[in-house]
Amino acid sequence: MKRCPNLVDTGRRQFLRGTGLAAAGLATAAAIPHEAKAASTLARVSYPANRLGNVSELKLNEPVDVSYPDADAPGVLIKLGQRVEGGAGPDGDIVGFSTVCPHKGFPMNYNAGDRTLNCPGHYSRFDVEKGGQQVWGQATQNLPQYVLRVDAKGDIYAEGLDELLYGRLNNVLA
Amino acid sequence: MAFKRNIDRLPIIPADAKKQTAVCHYCIVGCGYHAYSWPVNKQGGTAPGENIFNTDLSKQQAPESDAWYAPSMYNIVKQDGQDVHIVIKPDKACEVNSGLGSIRGARMAELSFSQARQTQQQRLTDPMVWRYGSMVPTSWDDALDLVAQVTATIVKAKGEDALFVSAFDHGGAGGGYENTWGTGKLYFGAMKIKNIRIHNRPAYNSEVHSTRDMGVGELNNCYEDAELADTIVAIGCNSLETQTNYYLNHWVPNLRGTSLDKKQAQLPGEPHAKGRIIFIDPRRTVTINAAEAEAGKENVLHLAVNSGTDLALLNAIFTYVVEKGWVDKDFIAASTKDFDKAVKANKTSIEDAAKLTGVPAEDIIKAATWIAAPKEGKRRRAMFAYEKGIIWGNDNYRTIASIVNLALATGNVGREGGGAVRMGGHQEGYSRPADGHVGKPAAYVDKLLIEGKGGVHHIWGCDHYKTTLNAMEFKRVYKKRTDIVKDAMNSVPYGDRPAMVKAIVDAINAGGLFAVDMDIVPTQIGQACHVWLPAATSGEMNLTSMNGERRMRITERYMDPPGQSMPDCLIAARIANHMERVLRAMGDAKYADQFKGFDWKTEEDAFMDGYHANEKGGKFVTYERLKAMGTNGFQEPATDFKDGKIIGTKRLFADGKFGTKDGKAIFFEAQWRGLQAPGKDEQKRKFKYLINNGRANQVWQSAYLDVESDLVMDRWPYPFIEMNPEDMAAISVKQGDLVEVWNDAGSTQAMAYPTPTARKGETFMLFGYPTGVEGNVVNAGTNELVIPNYKQTWGNIRKISDAPAGVKHLSFKSQEYKA
Ligand code: SF4
Ligand code: FES
Repeated sequence: MKRCPNLVDTGRRQFLRGTGLAAAGLATAAAIPHEAKAASTLARVSYPANRLGNVSELKLNEPVDVSYPDADAPGVLIKLGQRVEGGAGPDGDIVGFSTVCPHKGFPMNYNAGDRTLNCPGHYSRFDVEKGGQQVWGQATQNLPQYVLRVDAKGDIYAEGLDELLYGRLNNVLA
Repeated sequence: MAFKRNIDRLPIIPADAKKQTAVCHYCIVGCGYHAYSWPVNKQGGTAPGENIFNTDLSKQQAPESDAWYAPSMYNIVKQDGQDVHIVIKPDKACEVNSGLGSIRGARMAELSFSQARQTQQQRLTDPMVWRYGSMVPTSWDDALDLVAQVTATIVKAKGEDALFVSAFDHGGAGGGYENTWGTGKLYFGAMKIKNIRIHNRPAYNSEVHSTRDMGVGELNNCYEDAELADTIVAIGCNSLETQTNYYLNHWVPNLRGTSLDKKQAQLPGEPHAKGRIIFIDPRRTVTINAAEAEAGKENVLHLAVNSGTDLALLNAIFTYVVEKGWVDKDFIAASTKDFDKAVKANKTSIEDAAKLTGVPAEDIIKAATWIAAPKEGKRRRAMFAYEKGIIWGNDNYRTIASIVNLALATGNVGREGGGAVRMGGHQEGYSRPADGHVGKPAAYVDKLLIEGKGGVHHIWGCDHYKTTLNAMEFKRVYKKRTDIVKDAMNSVPYGDRPAMVKAIVDAINAGGLFAVDMDIVPTQIGQACHVWLPAATSGEMNLTSMNGERRMRITERYMDPPGQSMPDCLIAARIANHMERVLRAMGDAKYADQFKGFDWKTEEDAFMDGYHANEKGGKFVTYERLKAMGTNGFQEPATDFKDGKIIGTKRLFADGKFGTKDGKAIFFEAQWRGLQAPGKDEQKRKFKYLINNGRANQVWQSAYLDVESDLVMDRWPYPFIEMNPEDMAAISVKQGDLVEVWNDAGSTQAMAYPTPTARKGETFMLFGYPTGVEGNVVNAGTNELVIPNYKQTWGNIRKISDAPAGVKHLSFKSQEYKA
């Protein structure tokens, strides 16, 4: 697309920055998981179980930068304060999503006001309370959501994704 | 939960994959794509040498990467009977879209026919006939014989006016030069069919008649003009959703200021700033929201007119511009006529217009200033874009004339950064013998069918049941008339052809209608038909079309058509062959001879017989040359073939010569005369809500393929109706509830979508949707040239039921991007 090269660069920078932040976040986490290697002989990609944080660290409607399934795949964890389909945790209200727009890969912003992820690329927006449904936009898929598990200690693990991530033809890079 | 594919990896395109040119077959923009295919037992790898991108695919790719494709861009299809992987992805090197794919076009692969992956299993694979009480497969010869026997008997007995035809006239899927020529040669060459209509309107007429009569063909600029304009005037067009990548790739750079370099380089000697934009639309659209996000609110002016009053507004702007002297006097003198006449006739004061349109006077003046106030002594460049808000709006002929008047007066046709252009729906692809015999006004075909006229109806890629006006009455009568024939067919053994033809003809004589449907899928009107003939679509045949800047390309055949289906042009040719045979057998050699000249074997034969031999510049254009021109093609008309390239025409009328006898564009008188179509005024008085209507971003046309798209049907199980939340509360309707929309024309259903930006009393409903047909409530009133007036519809709304389970998972949040 012909557009301001600066903007594209900004996009890339934000993209990288997002990744860096997520990686930093991981470094402070209690356990850094091993990245699982995709077993290419299986019918589905084998996802790593990565600890992304603890329930106690989440504040209502404040997204926490994470990444999954590896440091190059930025995302967010959000505590919504009300039970949603696909929500994890004691209140069924914790969700995790990729923040890379599945249209052309721009990094998205969280709008806490109406709880959507918005893409400055071509204005797509996704509803984090509705399984990442694209409210409006140019992506041909809804937003990849994390399969989350919360253990007895309140640690939040991501263990899978339900759509292909932008920018990779295999969700787990090999 | 929202629909998810649970696809976590895709086959990689190998380095030696086959690469073919494809153009998106949905909207007018005609974005460039490539179809990559390779054998089903092979795959590429992540190492650079192992994939077509020569890229390390074991790494995360950056935004706007060429080396990524979505699951929707992948499928397994057949090529020459063998399964192959296919990826259809947007082309970065195409000037139209620069690698962008929209939510419609980027699903082309997924919406292709695949036995291996069970997509588009609705596609018709065989000719089908009504036999023993249902539609069942038969051979081409059997079906064509039945069609030809009945058609020939009726046209011989009752004349060709008893054969009614509904036929696409556009490009892209369900159209293209090959197929418009095939059908055109059959109905306008071999026959002279008068009772013919087009896919989206009940007559055979131009949607933009006045601009043509003024000598200003409607696709006169190029997409780059949107990058060069000082001001874009968007009238009744919602381009982010309906010409998506044109908007994103050519309007947005101007609004954002990133086309400034281009302006300075191409247009030196005048001041330049980033673009401003004016929207004339009763509704606040996502296009307006996106323009504000890019250009800043201060550079976006939304004139939210009262529905149907655009003409008064445009005349007031015209009058103001003329009074201020902001007109291009030299251009008017050299290239136009009747300016003074139009000035006098169309004179409208700002105050009168403000009263009529509901737009504040200062905003009208601001619009006139943005359009025409000189910039440091230089002429301001304004591009005028219009589409269905005007085309399907009140007083089509005059309103379009008023747009062209304004563009001509300000010297904005044939110049950089200008244009008075329709935005378009499908691509174009019209090549047919002369249609003068149809007459003007053309026959109102739907009305004649309702009145019991016609004996045989041939339908090509049209679904009146979803996309016509007065649809409820049309369906009621159509079903009744075609049922008469079905009952007659049930009364004789299918194998006794003479008895069958006699039974059908007798039924026609008793008020019945014999209906033949040529389509790629079973349609709603098809449920009433007696024969279905399966057609191939874009990519299953070589297909040529041109986009909204007259850019002509070929989509190469990248997969086999399903089953026995074949291109429409060849179906038309085979009907002609059978007509010739049957008429000869009836002893009418003279009539039979009219059906000669249809010995085409391929779509290329039809192309050479039609476009190549008949269209302006066509002699320079062949399949081989088009293939070499790739996704960028050339802009029609072709003027030469030089150095291996077809030479095209960037802008029309650049020499100041227009499409009239003396080459002068004509200003038209176009006075405001209220709601012009019969019954509209009364409907407006009687019913509470404006039922404005149109498209949704996710859906292509009447959803004929999207009905089998999980992504789309998950988002829109029912057509939405955007309503102001207070209007909803007043009738106790909650989000997702199903409501009935009803008025004096009919009734239909929709799903309430709370929309705070919707003005009270003004709703907007998705048009042409299979699970709730808006056309049911559009009355039969048309303009003087039988152009339907879908937009000015009023109705009442009442609740039918609480939100059904199928809509519980939907998001009802605002569709406007929020930074
Ligand atoms: S903008 Fe139109 S032509 Fe381009 S990909 Fe989308 S539907 Fe196809
Ligand atoms: S990259 Fe997000 S909408 Fe295009």
